[in-house]
Amino acid sequence: MSQTSALMGFVHRRRRGAELLLLLLALAVGIGAYAAVGIGVQGEIPADIMGYGGWLVALLVIAHVTVRLTAPYADPVLLPIVAALNGLGLAVIHRLDLAAGLTNDNGSFARQQLTWMTVGVLLFVATLVIIRDHRVLQRFTYTAGLAAIVLLLMPMLPIIGKELNGARIWIHLGPFSFQPGEVAKVLLVIAFAGYLVVHRDALALAGRRLLFIDLPRGRDLGPILGMWLISLGILVFQHDLGSSLLFFGLFLVMLYVATERPGWLVVGAALFSAGALAAYRFVPTAHLRVEIWLHPWAHYGEGTDDRARQSVEALFGMAWGGLIGRGFGNGQPWRVSFAESDFIMAAIGEELGLTAVMALILCYGLIVERGLRTAVICRDEFGKLVATGLAVVFALQVFVVVGGVTRLIPLTGLTTPFLSYGGSSLVANWVIVALLLRISDHARRPPPMLAPEDADLDDSEATQVVKL
Amino acid sequence: MNKPIRTMSLFCMALFLALMVNATYVQYVRANSLNENPQNRRVIDAAFSRDRGAIMVGRDAVAESVRSGDRFDYQRRYGKPFVYAPVTGFFSYYSQTGLEQTQNQVLSGDDPRLFVTRLVDLISNTSPKGGRVQTTIDPKVQQAAYDALSGIPGIQGSVVALEPSTGKVLAMVSLPTFDPNKLASHDLTAAQNTYDRLLHDPGQPLLNRAIQTRLPPGSTFKIVTASAALENGLYEDADSMVPGGPVYQLPQSTKKIDNGGRDCGTDKITMTQAIANSCNTSFLAIADELGHEKLQEQAEKFGFNRDYFDDLRPTAQSVYPTKADEPQTAMTGIGQFDVQATPLQMAMVAAGIANDGVVMRPYLVDQVLSPDLDVIDRTDPSELDRAVSESTAKQVNSMMVSTVTSGTASPAAIPGVEVAGKTGTAENCSDCKNYAWFISFAPANDPQVAVAVMIQGTNVPNEDIAGGQLGGPVAKAVMEAVIK
Repeated sequence: MSQTSALMGFVHRRRRGAELLLLLLALAVGIGAYAAVGIGVQGEIPADIMGYGGWLVALLVIAHVTVRLTAPYADPVLLPIVAALNGLGLAVIHRLDLAAGLTNDNGSFARQQLTWMTVGVLLFVATLVIIRDHRVLQRFTYTAGLAAIVLLLMPMLPIIGKELNGARIWIHLGPFSFQPGEVAKVLLVIAFAGYLVVHRDALALAGRRLLFIDLPRGRDLGPILGMWLISLGILVFQHDLGSSLLFFGLFLVMLYVATERPGWLVVGAALFSAGALAAYRFVPTAHLRVEIWLHPWAHYGEGTDDRARQSVEALFGMAWGGLIGRGFGNGQPWRVSFAESDFIMAAIGEELGLTAVMALILCYGLIVERGLRTAVICRDEFGKLVATGLAVVFALQVFVVVGGVTRLIPLTGLTTPFLSYGGSSLVANWVIVALLLRISDHARRPPPMLAPEDADLDDSEATQVVKL
Repeated sequence: MNKPIRTMSLFCMALFLALMVNATYVQYVRANSLNENPQNRRVIDAAFSRDRGAIMVGRDAVAESVRSGDRFDYQRRYGKPFVYAPVTGFFSYYSQTGLEQTQNQVLSGDDPRLFVTRLVDLISNTSPKGGRVQTTIDPKVQQAAYDALSGIPGIQGSVVALEPSTGKVLAMVSLPTFDPNKLASHDLTAAQNTYDRLLHDPGQPLLNRAIQTRLPPGSTFKIVTASAALENGLYEDADSMVPGGPVYQLPQSTKKIDNGGRDCGTDKITMTQAIANSCNTSFLAIADELGHEKLQEQAEKFGFNRDYFDDLRPTAQSVYPTKADEPQTAMTGIGQFDVQATPLQMAMVAAGIANDGVVMRPYLVDQVLSPDLDVIDRTDPSELDRAVSESTAKQVNSMMVSTVTSGTASPAAIPGVEVAGKTGTAENCSDCKNYAWFISFAPANDPQVAVAVMIQGTNVPNEDIAGGQLGGPVAKAVMEAVIK
């Protein structure tokens, strides 16, 4: 497609000015929300608004300048949306801190989140500066895959692994705690993409036809079965429904996109159903989540085990918020446990209303849309697969967590990207955005002048690869 | 690879659309039902923090919200808590009773009739205020009833006063009572403790005996029996001769019932004498002559076996048994067997006779006012039923006057005013304490007030418990408060 447009003389504009303008709006959201929290909860604009706002401005200026310098053709919408989400998330976490009586002196979540945002932006910058061409990542296909598996297994280790709230997905190293699954997510996308680019033909072309569906060969089922087992392992041993669903869904989608064979989706869906059913039967956590999803009222209030309290309070909160919300300080979001992390959408729904929830879902939709658009116009297959994978993993995560909070599907513990409190998730998502920007910069950049027709084809390809 | 990528973008779009539809469902479509869930603490907190409207008695607020400055913005305050607790009920974090419960929509401001006010509040961005409820209670009468009844040592009882021509509840007292201020406290633990203590108090102070306690009405029910006898033409008028005598042999039974030493002649006496001296023998016989069906019909016209009072909840339905054999029917004629009535019901019997036979539907909420004190609703008096004809009413009226002038109800006599009354002393079992009843209205020729006094228990020795001695002075005080 891009080549056609190039032939027609179409060149993407850089649009860095548009990005800057949108960033100003994003800053208005972030700083405005922080001020609104102060007015709503404490009755005055917070005293540290200048310092806080200055810090946000500084971070975003650094991010913007880096994009200008290293990825001038990158998509102009992604960074502002992410900045707005992160800013709003900080304000909501700050609001919950105030409700819980947490201040900067006794370990407020918002202060930590701001620190993690800083780390995230620095890694964002580092990613853009170091990885000047996403295709170099293809070299690390197996390294990334191995690293992802090691990371996923780490919480199972005896000393550093730790079980929190029923899920064994944390590792602790001294004062730092860390959710390796979030980083594994990025590594898995790279590993899958690298693997599939190489093996897509074998996976796509061999196979037999059964009832209008092209089923893959038995020997090609190896990787998908392997991924299925890993997902099940995460589910069974770490009790992490969300990640399990996320990784398997991600792999399935990438397989489908690489091979263009819907048959894989059928096989995958069958495996997923079997896994889900088995989990419902044999994994107590999964069974409980489904039970709470189906009969929340039987598990809420006095005289019951009260296990649906979180879910039901979230529903009450969102209903209480209604169309336009109660306004910062006028709701009771603290009634939902973990409102600052998994259930932040419920807190937003209560105080900012359906309006804000819709706006946020649209923002997430835009991120996914920009990611998939990048995949479509990307010129190389590896880039296409990585962009698709990152966009889809994002979409799945948002669907699983927001759907869980709003009781569309059973609850599975995952963070809401950029909004939720949680360092690993925030940092990993900033890296994801950096990678998407890198790929989109590459895709939107005017193609290099085609070599003269008599030139050696191999040479022209080579120059294209090392272009910096 | 672009085709599957496009397919995936459609898939992702479907996911996000599903999220949006579901969010709309939760926050808009289903919001009301979630907000109405009684377990929803947010709604309870908000309701508890509202600037609720006042409950008015005359020109004074007996329940009002004042700024509190703590986490619930307004504190409910009851000016005369003990006197009005049965009427106002209480407004606590956990529950409401009385008018606080039944008029909650108005008081909180959620009532559809207050829609315009709410809209104005929304536009002018002021916090919504609740509407005001004006009761029919007359503060003088209520205070008189409370003072008189609480003068009886160890009292468990109730007084209800009605305006016979309209059905307005002029006084509603129930003792022992409680302090709703303590239950409305923002110290939720203390409020809960108070509630638990009141709930387990053997005197049952949370009970509104005026509408929630039903007991055998005893001899006061003879008014109903007499009405039925006259209505059905069994006897002509107050001077008709009815069966009397010292002892009545219950049909199909060996049981004999006497008159407790009162003069009921040796054979036939006038109906006036039978009422004035509360002759059991006469009314057992009359009830037996009338039969179950006619008595039930008459009782139901006065309001037995019916629901007629919506302003407070719950109310107990007064009972006239729908099944009774011959001796049981005879017993119902003197308000025994399974006949049970609330004080409100007996006040309605008196009011029905006083109002020339028409029983008005009793009501407690006179007007509903907006926060700006515009009247947005007013209760119009309505007929519940015509219990007896005008002439029957006149006959029963005159018999009740005789009961005060020369019969058992003499303690209620007011010098210079014609008072009509009837006593009752009932027992539920042979060992337990008697219940004392007294119903009356005054002035007899132009009734302004009808009263029922019910005394369920006292520290007074059993032999002294009689409707006239205990209830009469209370009824007198209440009637005096109205007509003087």
